[in-house]
Amino acid sequence: MMRRAPDGWLLARALRLPESTLALDAQGWTALLAIARAEQMLGTLAWRLDGVAVPPNVGRILEDAWRSVEQGRVVALWEAEAARRALAPIDERVVLLKGTAFVAADLLAGQGRSIGDLDILVPRASLDTIEAALLDAGWEWVKPDPYDDAYYRQWMHELPPLIHRDRDRMIDVHHTILPLTARITPNAAALLADAGEVAPGLWALSPEDMVVHAAAHLFADGDLAGGMRNLWDVHCLVEQDGVAGLAERAAMHGLNREVARALRLAAALYGDGAGSRLVDRLYLRRVTARDGWGRTTRPVTRMAFYIRSHWLRMPPAMLARHLWTKWRKGGAGPASG
Amino acid sequence: MNHQFSVAIGPVGFRIGSDWRAPIAQLETLYRAYPKPTDGVPDFTVRLFAARPWRRVLRPSVMIGGDFVLPEAAPLPLAQGLLAAEMGMNLQMALGQRRYLLLHASVVERDGEALMMTGVSGAGKSTLAALLSLRGWRLMGDEFALLDPETGQLHAFPRLVSLKNTSIATVAAEAPADRFGPLLEGTPKGTIRHFVPDAHAIATMIQPARPALILFPSFGFEPAARDVAPSEVFVRLTQASTNYVALGERGFDALTKLVTSVPARAIDYPDTASAIAQVEAAWAAR
Repeated sequence: MMRRAPDGWLLARALRLPESTLALDAQGWTALLAIARAEQMLGTLAWRLDGVAVPPNVGRILEDAWRSVEQGRVVALWEAEAARRALAPIDERVVLLKGTAFVAADLLAGQGRSIGDLDILVPRASLDTIEAALLDAGWEWVKPDPYDDAYYRQWMHELPPLIHRDRDRMIDVHHTILPLTARITPNAAALLADAGEVAPGLWALSPEDMVVHAAAHLFADGDLAGGMRNLWDVHCLVEQDGVAGLAERAAMHGLNREVARALRLAAALYGDGAGSRLVDRLYLRRVTARDGWGRTTRPVTRMAFYIRSHWLRMPPAMLARHLWTKWRKGGAGPASG
Repeated sequence: MNHQFSVAIGPVGFRIGSDWRAPIAQLETLYRAYPKPTDGVPDFTVRLFAARPWRRVLRPSVMIGGDFVLPEAAPLPLAQGLLAAEMGMNLQMALGQRRYLLLHASVVERDGEALMMTGVSGAGKSTLAALLSLRGWRLMGDEFALLDPETGQLHAFPRLVSLKNTSIATVAAEAPADRFGPLLEGTPKGTIRHFVPDAHAIATMIQPARPALILFPSFGFEPAARDVAPSEVFVRLTQASTNYVALGERGFDALTKLVTSVPARAIDYPDTASAIAQVEAAWAAR
């Protein structure tokens, strides 16, 4: 019998049912580890498979991955503390987003999660003061291109990224969770107002808003790259805090469709698959587009979602101008390889 | 991928996939005495692929990918596919290794004790390790020393020794021709020829050894030797490590223990005979 070529579903199954990995042979394990690494979820897999009998070398690889995310957690929390200190004189909430928020609040979604940049949310009215304070504390610009810089400032939901000159870590300062050019305008004031303090001087979005943010990022902004990890975040957030009040909160931000879709897709990948719709299959096809060598696959589907992400992000005339400018600079197009 | 090869080098398993047969065939030949990854599951994946489908056949050039990648890495011509595979494996170690503190050094062993040689590119650490392995030392590696933070021992990583430019002739004068790979000319690092470690080095590659001496060799100077203070060794080794920062406190503790318990010497040498004599003298006086 011909075996089915491995894709993202192999990882989804291992996370959903850790014992299902007992049936894997060496080839299956090799594919699973490569896919998990490519999706930046090897630490999450290590957490889920803790206590499951795995081949000794797999155990060593997962142990290394666990150590790596533990060190990543320490560094992420230290970076959040550095930002807190830099911004302490400004009397505004520093709200942590995504991975750093999950580990600072000690959530299930933070277990084994790899964390890249530090993402924070601040009031738009204080952006200039905050930018100045960060520059003062050693952060520097990384986008030397004037078009990119101007584009960020005029149209994006965040400042152009800053990187710290000593610690080499990036910070993304958001003032809302979707680009200003998007058709949907979430309620940024409510995001800030309902945040909770998770550590002295460090805040995180309310549990409902964390799901809203994940859904907004996935479906109203990005091209679903990293979707497996984002949907795992959603799955863990919902598992921990339930869905009570979530639909109302999503509707208030204008993101009810996106949140409902995030819940369905997270359930399809990591849960019981409840409420799955036909169109969800296309999204799942995109999200699981990864082969046993860790390569992205299904280029046509990915390109379709890439175009869709820009379509959602900005009006047609602006999109045409933007893509033209980026194309001339040779930058546009989904990541390949 | 169309063609693939798996190999264990010391405690680390690799899987190399390729769009072309040629690099895989060379790996199969040169690594023929090596075992396969433990449990059949490699630690790292390397991919050699064409940037565009037609570049498999038209002016074929090899992109290096894998679990860990450098975004700006330039492709190599297919004739240098073996080098691409080696660079890909080194890259996985440099960017992805988290079990051991990785030190850019060559290592040889005698009587269960390890001699580590580190220095800038061109200092002669690969050449010296190859020459010492022809004089009764066990070759543990020419590129990376793997320091185990838990035990303080060095693990072997005896990949193919990468000989460059004039050192190719130096080693070829002493070793049989069947232990050399193809001559790779015009690579980004000049002319390269790979040298296969001896059967003993491969058979014993899972045995670690206690570090006993650290040397900083420099080629092209009159013979000279001096002690190197632990503080200087520490700084030079953090610069010679690709994962010191990523290991956090474990890396700091491991390195501190190494530099405070193992003596270090810097040796300058003008030629092979002088180098060997100085290494032996430093080893005897350790």
